[in-house]
Amino acid sequence: MDKGFISRRIGNVQAGGTDLMRRVRGLRRRLTLLLAVIGPGLITSNVDNDAGGISTYTQAGSHYGYALLWSLIPMTIALYVTEEMCARMGVVTGKGLSDLIREEFGFRSTFFVMVVGFFVDLANVVAEFAGVAAAMQIFGVNKFIAVPIAALLVWVLVLKGTYRQVEVIFLVACAFYVTYIISAILAKPDWLLAAKMTVIPTIHFDSGYLVMLTGLVGTTIAPWQFFYLQAGFVEKRVSVRQYPQARADVLVGSISCMVIVFFIIVCTAATLYTHGMRNIDNARDAAEALRPLAGPWAAYTFAFGLLNASLFAASILPLSTAHVICEGLGFEAGIDNKFSEAPIFYWLYTLLIVIGAGVVLMTNKLWTILIFSQVGNGIWLPVVVIFILLLVNRKDLMGEHTNTLTFNIVAWVTAIAMIVLTLFLTYTALFMSGSPSG
Amino acid sequence: MLYATELMGSTAHDSDGHYIGRVREFFIEPAEQPNRVSHYLISRGRYRPLLAHYDQVASIEPGKLNLNVREQALQPYQPNENLLAVSKDLLDQQIIDTSGRKVVRVNDVDLVEQHSNGNIELRLSQVDVGIPGAVRRLLQGIASPAVVRKLQSRLPHSTIRWEFVNLIEPDPMRRVKLRITHEKLENLHPADLAEMMEMLSAAERQGIIASLDEETAAEVLAELDQRLTTQIVERMDPGRAADIIEEMDPDAAADLLADLPKETSEGLLHEMPGKEAAEVRELLSFDPATAGGMMNTEFLFMGESLTRDEALAWIRKQDLNIEQMDTIVLINLEAEYSGSVPVARLLLAAPEQRMSELKTEPLISVKVTDREGDVFELFDKYNLRMLTVVNDQDHPIGAIAVDDVVSRLLKK
Repeated sequence: MDKGFISRRIGNVQAGGTDLMRRVRGLRRRLTLLLAVIGPGLITSNVDNDAGGISTYTQAGSHYGYALLWSLIPMTIALYVTEEMCARMGVVTGKGLSDLIREEFGFRSTFFVMVVGFFVDLANVVAEFAGVAAAMQIFGVNKFIAVPIAALLVWVLVLKGTYRQVEVIFLVACAFYVTYIISAILAKPDWLLAAKMTVIPTIHFDSGYLVMLTGLVGTTIAPWQFFYLQAGFVEKRVSVRQYPQARADVLVGSISCMVIVFFIIVCTAATLYTHGMRNIDNARDAAEALRPLAGPWAAYTFAFGLLNASLFAASILPLSTAHVICEGLGFEAGIDNKFSEAPIFYWLYTLLIVIGAGVVLMTNKLWTILIFSQVGNGIWLPVVVIFILLLVNRKDLMGEHTNTLTFNIVAWVTAIAMIVLTLFLTYTALFMSGSPSG
Repeated sequence: MLYATELMGSTAHDSDGHYIGRVREFFIEPAEQPNRVSHYLISRGRYRPLLAHYDQVASIEPGKLNLNVREQALQPYQPNENLLAVSKDLLDQQIIDTSGRKVVRVNDVDLVEQHSNGNIELRLSQVDVGIPGAVRRLLQGIASPAVVRKLQSRLPHSTIRWEFVNLIEPDPMRRVKLRITHEKLENLHPADLAEMMEMLSAAERQGIIASLDEETAAEVLAELDQRLTTQIVERMDPGRAADIIEEMDPDAAADLLADLPKETSEGLLHEMPGKEAAEVRELLSFDPATAGGMMNTEFLFMGESLTRDEALAWIRKQDLNIEQMDTIVLINLEAEYSGSVPVARLLLAAPEQRMSELKTEPLISVKVTDREGDVFELFDKYNLRMLTVVNDQDHPIGAIAVDDVVSRLLKK
């Protein structure tokens, strides 16, 4: 009875099959590699098209027709450039944005970023629930029913779901943005004109037009998304070797985000603008106005898109915010912990949802909240982008992966342009009458 | 008790009472004394900063540091790799709390004074990772120190004694110079260590694995998230990686190698000793979703005709881990599987009792090609702790342990 006897027998069994199995494993491995990386970029960019975003695009289309379409290409570049820096930082350092701010800029800077971030994000959460309320009104559901159910849904999603499950749900939500493409096709737009206006800039210098332009930028590039994006790549444990896939994810995300914006603007331009309904100020009115112009299905798909976008963002924002704050300040965070292990995390998360939904139930001035949230984003964005630029150029953190000169120029131009535009937006929102941005 | 952040920014005066500058950093020289503040960095605006040695300091209190020498006696500051900087390397950074088995972030560093002849020494007593430290950092310079102290005394404390603090330093050169060892980590359970490592960045994980002994490293790798394991191994020196994989159970090693690019895994197998490499290669040839993909080729087996005493003598000669000794696989004269005996039964058996009399009924085994679902069912139905895997000729070629079944089920 020796071991060699058995080993010899085993030797005969193993000879076959080895090579085929190897090849099957290799293929499976490549596929999982790709699937392992995609997600954060796609999700983040699409969440940008949230309730506030859709309202702004609706206005852009109904007030100015196709005239603002040209801005989508430079905006895509700006979105990609800023998001790519965060993705790269997440992959190279393996740390979240709030972690890096804490380690490199100390406690007080972090605390400041976290507190302001909390309130800006809270305003955004309110806006998302306002979006839920507006969308459900089109389907004839009272907000006192719709909003509490939505809040509960969002809350349970996090408590019961794992990161992977939640991500799959989010990726499915991304797919639902297709409804806007359907709405746009039903609206029978002038595709040739739309295409022409996309590539040839038409710049007007009347103040309303400029405000609209600023609003578009402000709503598309939101400050909280950088934290979420970076954390997403850290959580997925993307390694430097997989970085090309991660970058592709960010690129596809940025482009798909702008494609949806394109279709929303085209849809409203083809209907509301063409028929002279140029004072539509929000997505709900837009959906209502679509009914007689492009049929009830155009209205329903439009409203469904709004509901999807609002729920989607309402799920991500409170979670991301609670995570970022706890990580930066050193409290236990994450849904893998029990309530007693991470009380601050769960309290923050719950508070954001309860206040977010509560404000929507208590007031009828939902679109004022929307403006407030966008102004908040606008003021906050340049601060976050400057932190990112300072960090991404640190050799001791990033090694050979710091920005190249060209990239730095593009990034700083983007940052400064955003600062100028958002200062302008903030100024007009605060000091001009009416609702300039949506 | 003094706090590092309270003392940072204090004005420094020499023995003549002349103002020199402000204290900006504390250094520790771990090679000399692991918890003593050995040097104070005094910055002087646009002039070169000075370094005060601990025996040149007469007194220190929040806002004020007095030297017992004149300014001329101080050395100009030069970067020194052997010094650990409290503010730069410790404050706001993540550390491992080896007593609480957690990764935490440092809010402040607590110091105690020790008077000796004519000077004062500061010793690191603990790091603050709780709310009091956070509140102090926030309110410093805004509220008066007395108010801050009163406020923080009412808050729940959360501190870690300095001897339980394990710094995380990815740079191996620096780790040696600063005497950062991971001996304390080696005493933790590998599963705890793996969980903590998942909270760190890639470079930090790499640094920890690099300084663990091979056996611990192997155990930790087996517990880590599979994606992290492959990343770590790919970035490691192939020789060291092979040494670690060699220490792993063959089934865990095969799982790891299966996820690596072919060139890397071939290279690693090449570095491993022939016997271990052959075992792992064999396991790699099976589909992971079958019994063959789950089994371990190292198991305890013997002839069914052995007596208990002979069996014990045989077991003692084997080089096996405790986990692999749970159940004995019996074979007949044709080397076919003929039964299994839980090792615990040997305790109750008579010395001359034959193994064939001790075996468990009924005779259960799986074929290498059987699906993992069948394996789960057998474990559930017969409450197994170990299941024998046989080939087409009914020869036992491996064994599946219950812990592998549990972790597979959890992943689903």
